[in-house]
Amino acid sequence: MDLKNQHIIKTTNLSIGYTSKKNVNTIASGLNIELGKGKLVCLLGKNGIGKSTLLRTLTKVQPALSGEIFINNNNLKTLNSVDLAKSLSLVLTEHLPESNLSVYELVALGRQPYTNWVGNLSETDLKFIDSALEQTNTKHLINSKYYELSDGQLQKVLIARALAQNTDIIILDEPTAHLDIHHTIETLALLKKLAATCNKTIIVSTHEINLALQLADILWLMTPSNFMADTTENLIENDSLDQLFESDLISFNKTLKQFTLSNSY
Amino acid sequence: MVNPIKSYRNTFIILVAALLLIFIMNISLGSVYIPLKQLFLAFMDGDVEKESWKSIAINYRLPKAITAIIVGSGLSISGLLMQTLFRNPLAGPYVLGISSGASLGVAILILGASFFGGTIAGFAFSSWGHAIAASIGAFLVLSAVMMAAIKVRNTMSILIIGLMFGSLTASVISVLAYFSSANQLQQYLFWSFGSLGNLSWNEILTLLIIFLIGITFVIFIIKPLNSLLLGENYAKSMGVNVKRTRNITLISTSILTGAITAFSGPIAFIGLAVPHLTKLLFSTSNHKILVPAVAISGAIIMLICDSIAQLPTSEYTLPINAITSLFGAPIIIWLLVRKRKITY
Repeated sequence: MDLKNQHIIKTTNLSIGYTSKKNVNTIASGLNIELGKGKLVCLLGKNGIGKSTLLRTLTKVQPALSGEIFINNNNLKTLNSVDLAKSLSLVLTEHLPESNLSVYELVALGRQPYTNWVGNLSETDLKFIDSALEQTNTKHLINSKYYELSDGQLQKVLIARALAQNTDIIILDEPTAHLDIHHTIETLALLKKLAATCNKTIIVSTHEINLALQLADILWLMTPSNFMADTTENLIENDSLDQLFESDLISFNKTLKQFTLSNSY
Repeated sequence: MVNPIKSYRNTFIILVAALLLIFIMNISLGSVYIPLKQLFLAFMDGDVEKESWKSIAINYRLPKAITAIIVGSGLSISGLLMQTLFRNPLAGPYVLGISSGASLGVAILILGASFFGGTIAGFAFSSWGHAIAASIGAFLVLSAVMMAAIKVRNTMSILIIGLMFGSLTASVISVLAYFSSANQLQQYLFWSFGSLGNLSWNEILTLLIIFLIGITFVIFIIKPLNSLLLGENYAKSMGVNVKRTRNITLISTSILTGAITAFSGPIAFIGLAVPHLTKLLFSTSNHKILVPAVAISGAIIMLICDSIAQLPTSEYTLPINAITSLFGAPIIIWLLVRKRKITY
């Protein structure tokens, strides 16, 4: 099999949105995404545009309005939840409920799709947990309770949990939302490294546009009128980034490859 | 590779030893003190100084102690499950109105017996009849609270909804009481005071069977309960069937709380307080450790409460509910004040 042409995520004519009683609220339609292995994808778009809806649909948290989603060539509709958990792991923005979980226990939970009915960790499980801690540089934290961690440390631990789940795809919903600039860069750089060295496909929704432009292999842009997926260079070249914000306050500077304040503010 | 998750083996050994010790102490203490040596002789079928000691120990105190162990373990496990399921540290069978639901089931059986025909009335007074009615009552209230909890996520609202269901069932019971005979009323009242004694060996066997069925369910949801510690969305993303886990939790708590309440009456605070006390000893949220730990601690605390209720060497016995409340309520207040927030 030619691995280079194999799509880890593929959608055909996907429509996303919500259905309530009689109304169908379509957020985006006609999405045809093809994504290969080992890519860092940044999903960009302004608040309320439907980034979370797209991620929720791709992760089977909510159903697609129409169209098909294929994960590793398996139709998402027919994939059972354990098999899905072995191909796709999540890092969510929501606060964790209060508990006494230690960092090690939290990361170990990532092994749940693989452990037996009582959840005993095998030698293989221990190895995956250890390597996840190693790659995220969180080994020194294993005996801390998760609530003792700083936001930056917690984010790395949550990424370690997703790594321990040993999936081809990791999806993160605004992982940098609570972080300062240092930890934001650290987190995104870590994701970049994981995509490159571990051949993971990582999809991140983020508002750190300027960092995304520098780090991402592929950008997904969501605008009110359409959805664009391409490499950063191509999107800069064809002026797509200007459509991201329909605003006089901010515009894309092609030479700097950054968003800057417009002169008119 | 070494698994760094603590197994708490030593704490478990100490707990089990404590349970044995307190079990023996519970049997030896009471209105009549039976010296340890005589107690052993009684159980070894040897010659006991006084024949009455042997009879008291084997026919009265041993069944009562066994009941205490089942009741303490079962209610505590129910409390632990509810605290994880509702993500609410103040959840418990008594607080959420589950015990009231069980009471309603029993009340309808006892107080409503005159409305039913002869065959049902016969069933009504059997131990299985009580257990089934109480379990159904517990299940109905628990399902109602659960449905409300899915709609309102707020911790406080869920507690208040539980309290309301408690009052609702209480008022239905008082209406039933109003229309029933003095004899039935007395029977119901005695049941509602709560008591660990008065169970025949047959009834204990029934209780034990139901308890084991409940526990079997619990063992199968230990793993998904652990993933629910990260919240429902993470649990789903790790392949957990959240709906099924929730249903099994509901069924096992209803069976445990229902059957126990049927036989021992509604017992307060054990289900709420024991999981928190256990977590002081075991600083973990891992259900593989917590479930057995809570079961043993619950048994120990119930035996201690029962020993106190017997008022050793006096002729009086206090209602068990008074002691468990006296022990449980201050613990919860102390926990809330000391930590300002309590985890589950």
